[in-house]
Amino acid sequence: MKHENWNGFVDGIWQDEINVRDFIQKNYTEYIGDESFLSGATERTEGIMKKVQSLFALERQYGGVLDIDTATVSSLTSYSPGYIDKDNEIIVGMQTNRPLKRGVNPFGGMRMARQACEAYGYKLNNKMEEEFRYRTTHNDGVFRAYTDEMRQARKCHVITGLPDAYGRGRIIGDYRRVALYGVDRLIEEKQQDKKNLANDHFDAANIRLDEELYKQIEFLGYMKEMAAMYGFDISQPAKDAREAIQWTYFAYLGAIKEQNGAAMSLGRVSTFFDIYIERDIARGLLTEEGAQELMDDFVIKLRIARHLRTPEYNELFGGDPMWITEAVGGMGEDGRSLVTKSCFRMLNTLYTLGSSPEPNLTILWSTALPENFKKFCAKVSVDTDSIQYENDDVMRPIYGDDYAIACCVSAMKLGKQMQFFGARCNLAKLLLIAINGGYDTTSGMHIGPQMPPLEGDKLDFDVVMQRFDIYIAWLSHLYVNTMNIIHYMHDKYAYEKTQMALHDTEVERFMAFGIAGLSVVADSLSAIKYANVKPLRDENGFITEFETVGAFPKYGNDDDRVDLLAKDMAHKVICELRKTKTYRQAIHTLSVLTITSNVMYGKNTAATPDGRGAGEPFAPGANPMHNREENGALASLNSVAKISYDDCRDGVSNTFSITPEALGRGDEERIQNLVAILDGYFAKKAHHINVNVLNRETLMKAYENPEAYPNLTIRVSGYAVNFNKLSREQQREVISRTFHEVI
Amino acid sequence: MKDSVGRVHSIQSMGTLDGPGVRFVVFMQGCHLRCKCCHNPDTWDVCGGTEYLPAELVAKACRYREYFGAEGGITVSGGEPLLQAGFVHDLFRLCHRENIHTCLDTSGSILNDTVRHLLAETDRVLLDIKYTEDGLYHDHVGCSLSAPLEFLAYLDEQKIPTTLRQVIIPGINDGKENVLKLKEIAEKHSCVAQIELLPFRKICQTKYDAMGLPFPFGHIPEPKRDVIEALQNVIPDYV
Repeated sequence: MKHENWNGFVDGIWQDEINVRDFIQKNYTEYIGDESFLSGATERTEGIMKKVQSLFALERQYGGVLDIDTATVSSLTSYSPGYIDKDNEIIVGMQTNRPLKRGVNPFGGMRMARQACEAYGYKLNNKMEEEFRYRTTHNDGVFRAYTDEMRQARKCHVITGLPDAYGRGRIIGDYRRVALYGVDRLIEEKQQDKKNLANDHFDAANIRLDEELYKQIEFLGYMKEMAAMYGFDISQPAKDAREAIQWTYFAYLGAIKEQNGAAMSLGRVSTFFDIYIERDIARGLLTEEGAQELMDDFVIKLRIARHLRTPEYNELFGGDPMWITEAVGGMGEDGRSLVTKSCFRMLNTLYTLGSSPEPNLTILWSTALPENFKKFCAKVSVDTDSIQYENDDVMRPIYGDDYAIACCVSAMKLGKQMQFFGARCNLAKLLLIAINGGYDTTSGMHIGPQMPPLEGDKLDFDVVMQRFDIYIAWLSHLYVNTMNIIHYMHDKYAYEKTQMALHDTEVERFMAFGIAGLSVVADSLSAIKYANVKPLRDENGFITEFETVGAFPKYGNDDDRVDLLAKDMAHKVICELRKTKTYRQAIHTLSVLTITSNVMYGKNTAATPDGRGAGEPFAPGANPMHNREENGALASLNSVAKISYDDCRDGVSNTFSITPEALGRGDEERIQNLVAILDGYFAKKAHHINVNVLNRETLMKAYENPEAYPNLTIRVSGYAVNFNKLSREQQREVISRTFHEVI
Repeated sequence: MKDSVGRVHSIQSMGTLDGPGVRFVVFMQGCHLRCKCCHNPDTWDVCGGTEYLPAELVAKACRYREYFGAEGGITVSGGEPLLQAGFVHDLFRLCHRENIHTCLDTSGSILNDTVRHLLAETDRVLLDIKYTEDGLYHDHVGCSLSAPLEFLAYLDEQKIPTTLRQVIIPGINDGKENVLKLKEIAEKHSCVAQIELLPFRKICQTKYDAMGLPFPFGHIPEPKRDVIEALQNVIPDYV
């Protein structure tokens, strides 16, 4: 098949089938040079940014939410077009009719929509209340099916943050398809898939798929309508760079108008865009300045994307994130890197527009990446604290070279795989429940198999492990079943029509489970094994505290005695999870990631044998507990690197903070050293790292005087936040974390 | 040959300030000098520390080799590593077998056959010339300036790349003329590639307090950052 808008591109099977990867491989130009070719912000860009900055300031003044449209149900065509500065925008499209005005998405649940409005002093429109009175939302569906035990597990916080009251997210539409093929071609393909299905056996699974295809086609149509409202016809392939970026953005915009999923990630667009940009430059239609301007305007749009959230949600996922994750770099299967000039241009937006948590720029790091690109990434980290790194060398063998990251650390093949997001269970609390024979001292609830609390004056490692195994098995089964209900109902009542229309019809599904408190559990088990842990009981005989005497190895010091306890725990959990079948034959995966919920998990967990007090925060993700590292930064990295990606295919998150002084003398040395650290860490087969290069004092100043630091961005756990958007409690926790410093 | 045993004060898995690149730093226990500006009084006691065999330390260092990049490696600091020169020699020899770059951070106050033997396995030396005047050496260190100078002459003879270091203490050696003298010393030795001026720091006060010892320079303020920068700018060829 040929299309005139493809003139100048190298032919390939991508023309005959939907295959963006093939298009990229046949057409991209690797760039191994340095950043010196980059352009700065144009006057136009600066003008728009000034307007955006003042809107951000206003939003802060209004307590975090500038405005809510309480009368309209958010969808692709429900708002009239909105602009920041209509005459000067190059890439257009807004979620609602005005920048930073938030839409209401009641499909996830009416109660949450209502609460979210009320939290900011708004009232949901009566008409919408009335309209949804007789409709079933995702939330309604889930709670109809939840068992008593599931409710209990949720209530006592042993499983928390489940997407049963908000959109599950973590699905990445292959938004590039709209630019490469135009919507009409995508509709044709889906119609063909639907026709082919007609010859199959119509069991429940196929009937569901058949209806889903209907919805996908319907929403591709709405996407065209939405673009038409802005004056664009996206039925045909994009003809130049501006259209390619615009079409891709319209596809993404459609997704975030339709869905308010927790993480609405972007995918891997930079190198795709680069092909169009380089074609335009070669044709004399675009300059470097113009190319950067296009990228800047696109990124500005991403920076003003917003969803309306409840206060409970913000406690779990602090900082108002959207996880507009863009994967940058990585290697190709043929040995060329996928680094192009547009990877630099994407990172350059952190200079042209200033540092920012969104989009969540994620470097797919390989030790084989071009040195100049590595150095530029390290420079961006040192300068902005806005980017994260994930190990392409461990992911590429599994997902190929056209995967992206959803949310923080979840890899998936673009357009071919999706995941059912499952938040996380609280492993430290589960250990305490096990020790107490099915009693949670924090909530006072009996839960799980019932047996007497452990006896004696000293906890015995083998006895504790035996007990723990019973409860891990129990919780794993419950966790899978709970997730099955959630995702069955999400598919039924809040199916992602736009995003799934940008996937192959036959997709592979992951079911992503998570654990919180891994370092607390590892250190607690280590204390039980290597020191003396005396349980202290309340008047009813339940163990509420521990007296730990003697030294024990602590996770974070590259000491196998305890590090392997952590590694084995992750292995045990995923093995147990696999024993229960998943909805839609999804593949079980596991993450060690907390986002900012480590504060909330800690708050709901009693004292643990490692010496952590009741209510104290956990370390985030797979991080060692704060200030337990005795041998410096690399020892800590080595400990985390031992957690196997084979066990934790949904990611192992590590947040690393270091003072500039500890990283070396002067910028050049710091950049070199950071490259060496990243190469080393990833050569150890570690999965993910957030890098912050800053002083604790800066954070303390921002804590005391937020107005002076309106744009202070830091990496927290798989994403970046504007420090001022965290709750006071979350801010204190971030400040208390280990900063590797000069001693 | 019997395995030597070393007394180690502590290990830092990531050092970026003691030698080139990212380094695994071993702080040896024990020092015979009593510099009044000493930052680590807890490393003085020659009987303290944890005992290690060279092979144990090399095994540890090897766990970090992926991070060393083209420039990094191991640095042995202290305390005074020359007090345990035999051990450090064995350690460095094993490092070389593993292809790990070796760097020695020392006061250069001892030079005997064991030390010469150690230097044969040393890829780079960070030599702490504490003062450029013999009087100050006697007053504030407890030995003579001639010791490190003799050491430096040997390094030059052996062509071992060397960085001269000096802690800049306000009111004592923060003058331009001192830095020029340092430069003069450097110019006489072609092995010296770099002079590094370090700011006098006082966060060690808590260590002195914990040990019940007075910090002899506790009354002196820390130098301002721009003072160090200005002094460093006096010797642009040695940055």
